[in-house]
Amino acid sequence: MASKLVTSNRAGWTFAFPGVSLLTLFIVVPFFFAFFLSLTNQRLISPNPTEFVGLDNYRDLLSISVLSIEPEVDDAGVVLRDADGNPKYPRVRTFTRNNPDYKQYAGMREWFRWHSGETAKVIVATDVVFWNSLRNTLMFVVVVAPIQDALALGLALLINQRLRGINVYRAIYFMPVVVSIVVVSLLWRFLYAEDGLLNSILGALSFGLFEGRDWLGSPDTALGAIEAMSIWQAVGFHMVIWLSGLQTIPPTLYEVSRIEGASKWQTFRYVTWPGLRNTAILVLIVITMQAFALFAQIDVMTNGGPLDSTTTLVFQAVERGYAKQDISGGSAISVILFLLVLTISLVQRYLTREK
Amino acid sequence: MNLKTTLAGALVVSTSWASMAVAQTDLTMWYHGGGNEVESALINQIVSDFNATNADYNVNLESFPQGSYNDSIVAAALAGDLPDIIDVDGPVMPNWAWANYMQPLSIDETIIADFLPGTIGRWNGELYSVGLWDAAVSLYARQSTLDALGLRTPTLDNPWTGDEFMAALDAAKASDICEYAFDPGMAWTGEWYPYAFSPFLQSFGGDIVDRSTYKTAEGALNGDEALEFGAWWQSLFAGGYAPGTSQDPSDRDTGFIDGKYCFSWNGNWAAVATLDAGVDDLLFLPAPDFGKGSVIGAGSWQFGISATSEHAEGANAFIEFALQDKYLAAFSDGIGLIPSTMAAAAMTKNYAENGPLNVYFALSSEQALVRPVSPGYVVAAKVFEKALADIANGADVADTLDAAVDEINTDFERNGGYGH
Repeated sequence: MASKLVTSNRAGWTFAFPGVSLLTLFIVVPFFFAFFLSLTNQRLISPNPTEFVGLDNYRDLLSISVLSIEPEVDDAGVVLRDADGNPKYPRVRTFTRNNPDYKQYAGMREWFRWHSGETAKVIVATDVVFWNSLRNTLMFVVVVAPIQDALALGLALLINQRLRGINVYRAIYFMPVVVSIVVVSLLWRFLYAEDGLLNSILGALSFGLFEGRDWLGSPDTALGAIEAMSIWQAVGFHMVIWLSGLQTIPPTLYEVSRIEGASKWQTFRYVTWPGLRNTAILVLIVITMQAFALFAQIDVMTNGGPLDSTTTLVFQAVERGYAKQDISGGSAISVILFLLVLTISLVQRYLTREK
Repeated sequence: MNLKTTLAGALVVSTSWASMAVAQTDLTMWYHGGGNEVESALINQIVSDFNATNADYNVNLESFPQGSYNDSIVAAALAGDLPDIIDVDGPVMPNWAWANYMQPLSIDETIIADFLPGTIGRWNGELYSVGLWDAAVSLYARQSTLDALGLRTPTLDNPWTGDEFMAALDAAKASDICEYAFDPGMAWTGEWYPYAFSPFLQSFGGDIVDRSTYKTAEGALNGDEALEFGAWWQSLFAGGYAPGTSQDPSDRDTGFIDGKYCFSWNGNWAAVATLDAGVDDLLFLPAPDFGKGSVIGAGSWQFGISATSEHAEGANAFIEFALQDKYLAAFSDGIGLIPSTMAAAAMTKNYAENGPLNVYFALSSEQALVRPVSPGYVVAAKVFEKALADIANGADVADTLDAAVDEINTDFERNGGYGH
């Protein structure tokens, strides 16, 4: 097999050459470059020489630990309580700033906390923004991948019929994919505005019961709003892939199942779904990877805010690398993202392997 | 084959023809105002006037959209392909000078003796950039609003105190004249935040970095004064005085004109449009004084010379040429900017003695404080922007400012103190 690949395959290599060389130049080389840069202190703009700093960038990003805080007590040892009866805790900054007794927490910030008895367990991290980005990115993937996948399949099934004018629907569903994501994001920003279309519709439908809310301005709804918009925007693309998969299933199989008296569900379960196996794997992996690359919507709609509720790994990589001129920090995030996506893709491949 | 020879021949002929016609040395120049017709016409006028009068040099201008201009410069610098003359935003200049993108100017310093302080860019004791204009910010208000709310008109010598300002906002909020009392302009993300809002912090007594050493932000951005500023800043949004970070950009542009906002914190560049829109009792009030005086930002786009330019002499000649009062006045009349000199201001229709925007010239010369003159400002500005957005959205003030200080200090360390 290997010998066949290298020898007597000149035509094959000639055809592959342009694609392979471009991929190498723009994907493979930059990746190794990013990996190398993430071990240095490379700046975007600097007269200072670049130095090798080992894993410092990764340590700054990933350092995280648990700080246990006991409630404040008065002289008699009684726990101080606020008006609601909850114990009062000293501020985290008293431990993390200029406190020689807690050197290991220096420069860290609170990410979140929970209570075990009266003790507050505070998760502190050097780079809370990074951890928020990681959380948001994963949340986005977990929500978008399955919903977009299922919706796209549903749409593909709907438009895979011989009806007059079905092409109009195909075009309509596919249209958001053709429009630039930046334009789509800008438009949805208006839809989501406090006095925007969405609030007006919801208000009209509920006869004025629904009070308008600031979808992108509230940490509770901002990420969800972007997820909904992203699902809508790209669903048409995956619909087309599903559709191409549907059309590779031989019509004879459907004829057979009709003759055998299969119900619609049985036809789907035993004819359509097995026939879509490879398509399903492709769509799942593509959606997952695209979801991890979430950037444009964030950049246009929220800039990562409010309160880091929509910041993502790619957004942070760009923000640090260019806006904050920290190429090495941005590269470190890219490498972490790469490893994350690689791991998840490998797991998906393993789970969907031919048994 | 035939086609190739023809093309090659045509190329040889055309280039030799061009080099025969032009005996001047070519200079390249990049400018940030691409896409703005009026601005392009103005800068083109200067370039063609220069080329017509100067026998030795010929400037070729290339304009970029403002949004991608800085990226283009950085990319060109990394590729070793900078033009001779560049323009640079005032607060960014130290960064580029420190990174050896720029060389000091060698223009006759008497030319700029009367220039507004915000228009002159110095780093490490050397002159690197000069601007034809400055920009300033003031509190937009209507006389009728002040009358209806029974407020005194603050003046340059006697601005509102912080308490008076908040009393004014309270009065505006209690009335139903407008939807929001105050519009700080949260929709304008980016450099607007440090440019427009750090003066409030400075008026409280804090700053983005400690300007005595330029080595730390500790104490300046998270000291007691800064915490006080942060609490006040948060109260603007928590108290419902001002629209938050999700403000619609179009409301930012027309909200004051439409009467949606009683007071608006806005720059002189919006003044002409506001007057033209029919707000005939428009006032430009000075910034409130929160204890350490009224402060506004300064420093706009300025001209400089790239470090790699081989024709610095010609580039200096061009900049000297551009600094004539008539061009300063032309830019001011064209796009509403504050001309750099009093003499040029007198030639303009807006900033002359009795012009409608004359007050801005006084604001700029008396209250303006440039943003921290440091190569690290570029990063600190981003950190400051995020901190202010977070505080406006309800983040804990002390924690947010601490985190901002840590990030700025880490950046200082990683850059070996930025040469301070």
